[in-house]
Amino acid sequence: MLEKLNEIQAAALDALESVKDSEALQGWKVKHTGGNSALTEVFKGIGKVAKEDRGKVGKRANEVKVALEAALTERAALIKEAELARSLEEDHLDVTLPGRPFRHGGVHPATQTLRRILGILADMGFQVYTSREVESDEYNFQHLNFPLGHPAREMQDSFYVESEGERDNPLLMRTHTSPGQIRAMREAAVGNPDNPPPIRISLPGMCYRYEQITSRSEIQFNQVEGLAVGENITFSDLKGTLSDFARRMFGAHARTRFRAQHFPFTEPSAEMDVECFLCGGEGCSVCKKSGWLEILGCGMVHPNVLQAGGYDPRRYTGFAFGMGPERQAMLRHNIKDIRYFWGNDSRFLEQF
Amino acid sequence: MKLPVSWLKDYVNINISVEELARLLTLAGLEVEEIHYVGWAMPDYAAGEKHEFKTYGLSWDPDKLVVAEIREVKPHPDADRLVLCDLFDGKDEHLALTGAPNLLHLKGTGKLEQPLKVAYAKEGAEIYDGHKEGQVLTKLKRAKIRGIESYSMVCSEKELGISDEHEGIIFLDDDAPVGTSLADYMGDAVFSIDILPNNARNVNVLGIAREVAALTNQPLKRIDKKPYESSGEAIAEKVKVNITNPELNARFVFGLIRDVEIGPSPYLVQRRLRLAGIRPISNLVDATNYAMFEVGEPLHAFDYDVLAERAKGKPVVITTRTADAGEKLVTLDEIERELQESNVLVCDEQSALALAGVMGGLESEITDKTKNVLLEGAAWNFINIRRTANHHNLPSEASYRFSRGVHPALAEDGVKRGLYWMQKWANGKVAPDLVDNYPLPPADPVVTVTEADVKRLLGVEISAEEIAGLLTKLEFSTQVEGTSVTAATPPIRMDIGEGIVGVADVIEEIARMYGYDNIPETRIGDPLPPQVGNPVHDWEEKLRDQLATLGLQEAITYRLTSPETQERIGMHGEFVKIANPSTPSKGVLRRSLMASVLEVVEKNARLRDSLAFFEIGPVFVPNKGDLPDEPRKLAIAMTGRRQPPAWDVSDAPVMDFYDMKGVADAFLAGLGLKNIVYTPADSSLMPGAAFHPGKSAQVSVDGIVVGAFGELHPSAAEKYEFADTPVLAAEFDLSTLRGVQPAYEITPVPAFPPMLEDIALIVDEALPAAKVEHLIRQTGGKMLAEARLFDVYRGEQLGEGKKSLAYALTYQAPDRTLTDKEAAKIRKKIVKRLEYEVGAELRG
Ligand SMILES: [Zn+2]
Repeated sequence: MLEKLNEIQAAALDALESVKDSEALQGWKVKHTGGNSALTEVFKGIGKVAKEDRGKVGKRANEVKVALEAALTERAALIKEAELARSLEEDHLDVTLPGRPFRHGGVHPATQTLRRILGILADMGFQVYTSREVESDEYNFQHLNFPLGHPAREMQDSFYVESEGERDNPLLMRTHTSPGQIRAMREAAVGNPDNPPPIRISLPGMCYRYEQITSRSEIQFNQVEGLAVGENITFSDLKGTLSDFARRMFGAHARTRFRAQHFPFTEPSAEMDVECFLCGGEGCSVCKKSGWLEILGCGMVHPNVLQAGGYDPRRYTGFAFGMGPERQAMLRHNIKDIRYFWGNDSRFLEQF
Repeated sequence: MKLPVSWLKDYVNINISVEELARLLTLAGLEVEEIHYVGWAMPDYAAGEKHEFKTYGLSWDPDKLVVAEIREVKPHPDADRLVLCDLFDGKDEHLALTGAPNLLHLKGTGKLEQPLKVAYAKEGAEIYDGHKEGQVLTKLKRAKIRGIESYSMVCSEKELGISDEHEGIIFLDDDAPVGTSLADYMGDAVFSIDILPNNARNVNVLGIAREVAALTNQPLKRIDKKPYESSGEAIAEKVKVNITNPELNARFVFGLIRDVEIGPSPYLVQRRLRLAGIRPISNLVDATNYAMFEVGEPLHAFDYDVLAERAKGKPVVITTRTADAGEKLVTLDEIERELQESNVLVCDEQSALALAGVMGGLESEITDKTKNVLLEGAAWNFINIRRTANHHNLPSEASYRFSRGVHPALAEDGVKRGLYWMQKWANGKVAPDLVDNYPLPPADPVVTVTEADVKRLLGVEISAEEIAGLLTKLEFSTQVEGTSVTAATPPIRMDIGEGIVGVADVIEEIARMYGYDNIPETRIGDPLPPQVGNPVHDWEEKLRDQLATLGLQEAITYRLTSPETQERIGMHGEFVKIANPSTPSKGVLRRSLMASVLEVVEKNARLRDSLAFFEIGPVFVPNKGDLPDEPRKLAIAMTGRRQPPAWDVSDAPVMDFYDMKGVADAFLAGLGLKNIVYTPADSSLMPGAAFHPGKSAQVSVDGIVVGAFGELHPSAAEKYEFADTPVLAAEFDLSTLRGVQPAYEITPVPAFPPMLEDIALIVDEALPAAKVEHLIRQTGGKMLAEARLFDVYRGEQLGEGKKSLAYALTYQAPDRTLTDKEAAKIRKKIVKRLEYEVGAELRG
């Protein structure tokens, strides 16, 4: 019997040598340690062994069992390690295959630029004021010191809106967000007409001009204006505020220059140029070789505009400025065609 | 306006570089858009050096391009169309070969009595190739042409970059000094200046010279007030003027010049006019244009003899008046024009002669045979001229100036200057005096500004003396009294107002002359107004972010659209109409934002397999003659695959109603809204017949309808060019949505583990899932943290008309771990309630 146990152990260990994978190992386990294995038969037949040998055989059988189990564990570890090594070697991907795409979600580039501008202005104390897009001639022009027949009206060709209103005050699509300046001043002044409070607002929104739509001109465009009114607001404040804005918007080293301009609703008026951030002022195609980019128009609020807003121009002064977010985005991203903005082509929008 | 800088030098000494001059003008509001060099040396930029202007053109080498004279024109031995010029360049004699047609008639006529002054290019000179299209640089090289050696040439305007003219060589004026470099003699740089609406006074050389003088502290060289001797019968005997409406015609001046000899004007005059963009025609026409360019007053020349003949021996009587109904005039472009009753005419006793300030009439125009010229300078109402020029589509140098406002004082200066040049170039004799009818001289405002005013507006302290000095440079007459300056506007400009407006206007002039550059930069010292924010704006921005996070792309569409595109979704009703649309496709303002966003989907339908767009913005609702309402909306449109296809997954499921609903659920939850109820859409509340009646829902929050969504109605969808997948759309009203917006609290994250369990319930097919969920939640009470439908099953073993709804339930107590027993109790209650209320049966 002991002999047989030795054979069983030898045969099993011998067989284990040739086991190379988990499946075969499982087979070996069943065959050599399972319910029908020779070893189990020995355990089952132990009662039939002569009494005096029973202890020896039992002990030996247990030794064989422990030995086989130990060999199994050891083999299993080896096989696992080998299998892992093999699988790591075999299992690799073509990392150049494309990733699984997501549908692109995002806010429109015009909104993104607006947010940037409004965010900077908000930090500087200019709070967002929004107003309507269809306006009356009175608010869009007359209160802003564009009298009827004023030549500057031609710079702002308008879309008129059919209405049954008065002939000298037709309705139109606002040509700028400036009517909001009058509305904001009047709202602020109405509560305290003798002593209206200071104002510091930004006025974003869609404006409209009668144009042919081309790569360079649009009938609809966003504008952001700013307005500061108080008893102590000066042109030098205007310069300082807008230069601060330019450094936030275009980089800490952005240089600005102010040159005389004309707008009916400001006097004195200026245009702020920022040194071309594409060529550093050396001259390139974007700045048309001038080294400067026209960024915004500005000036001291015209006395007639303050008056129309309910602010006594003898006591109050103010400055106002206006800029085009789409134009800024075009400069920043080298967008050559303004029609991309309202074209809403996925291939454009997905790039932002 | 194009301005040759050489012309400026007639009126002001320029002691700075061309670029520096351009910079000064630009900062002072006369923006130089580009500099075109025609002869003068162009600045040489080192790498990295800053340009300030777009600069282009040709510099003439002073050694290689000189004034020379042709002494004899000889025939070429082998070529009929070529000649050989004996030429002297001040030092040496040369033989230059040319094919210029304007020399052919002198061929073989021997030594010229009067040598011809020409622009001579020596060997190695760089000029434009006259025979090539456009401007192609070429260097003169020695070559043999038909057996004759050639190394130099006489130039045309094209070769020197003055104009496109290449028909013949330039003949310089007889007094051109031989041997002088061409660049010194007639080099130039031309500024393109953007003239602002308030800068009408500067659409002329003298005006800009005045600015340059002021900016560079140089004296202005004025035009002689008595420039010529007059002779013959005084004009007053010959011509009378009636003005019927001084508001439209504040002044009318006539001068008369007799016995003019028509011919070309001097070459230097022609060259300047060309550079300024005006075609030289004859000495008379050139004189009117040249004087206009100098002084700023557009002039009109009549053939006096035509008028005298029409007056049949009596004095010529000129009347200015508005047109009669149906009146017509043939203008000098030979077009018969139907006049408007607001058009102002210059007439004699027979009929209209000219469209005032815009264009002359054909009949009385000067011609090659004109002997005596009546020269008109007048002041017209700028708004009237603007309308007339626009109506007749007649932009001209005259209407350009008159429609911006020319001071009436210039009428006299202009006429005198025009007569001066006619006398000089055409040997005319100026008749004594002018006819000058001046019924309405403008009030030139007198404005008082103080040092305090200047400080208040500009933030800088400038003394009264300095203020006066700055204004005097611009020809204001000033008087200083203590800290205040009284400034009288010079009679050349009409842009200075009265009172406090005048103060602002004058301070702008002070700032310009002081230099915007010299005003410091400060931060606002005035108190910051109360910061109140803009919650509506902020909320909309948050909504945009919510939607973008859900994989939706924001679109921004045109507010201007057409009824046809809006009506595709069955939107009917009144639109706000544009009175002057630029195109019929943009004739109304949108009423449905959803229709606009659907167009975006249509446009991208073939570009991407998965599309989801939203837009936030106003729609426009007519309001009976009053300003329209502009309610703000959110619209969404989606179609295609739930995910864009990948290389190994090409058939991701197609989006349907429930994808749209998922977006609605998510963004509404993102806004913190609770008590959201979806009900089948009430078609009477829908925008037209937009949605599929069985696959659409309206959304209410706290019982208020905030919007609707669903699959597009098949008959609406077929009006678009969509792909084949269902199109989902939604529209929400933002002010309603914002009205139900609560201040919301978040639910705390539980500290104890939840207990999870699934139950499946068999119910009638017709029973809405929402009802089942409502009962589960209501019965589950506080301990039921979540009930999520995870499966809907229909099958034979359930029986006809039945469905199984499977829910994942989460039981949760805030203060302890629930026991199995407690959970079982809640579950039993739920099942019982559902059995009782809706006949549900627990699925085994
Ligand atoms: Zn640049």
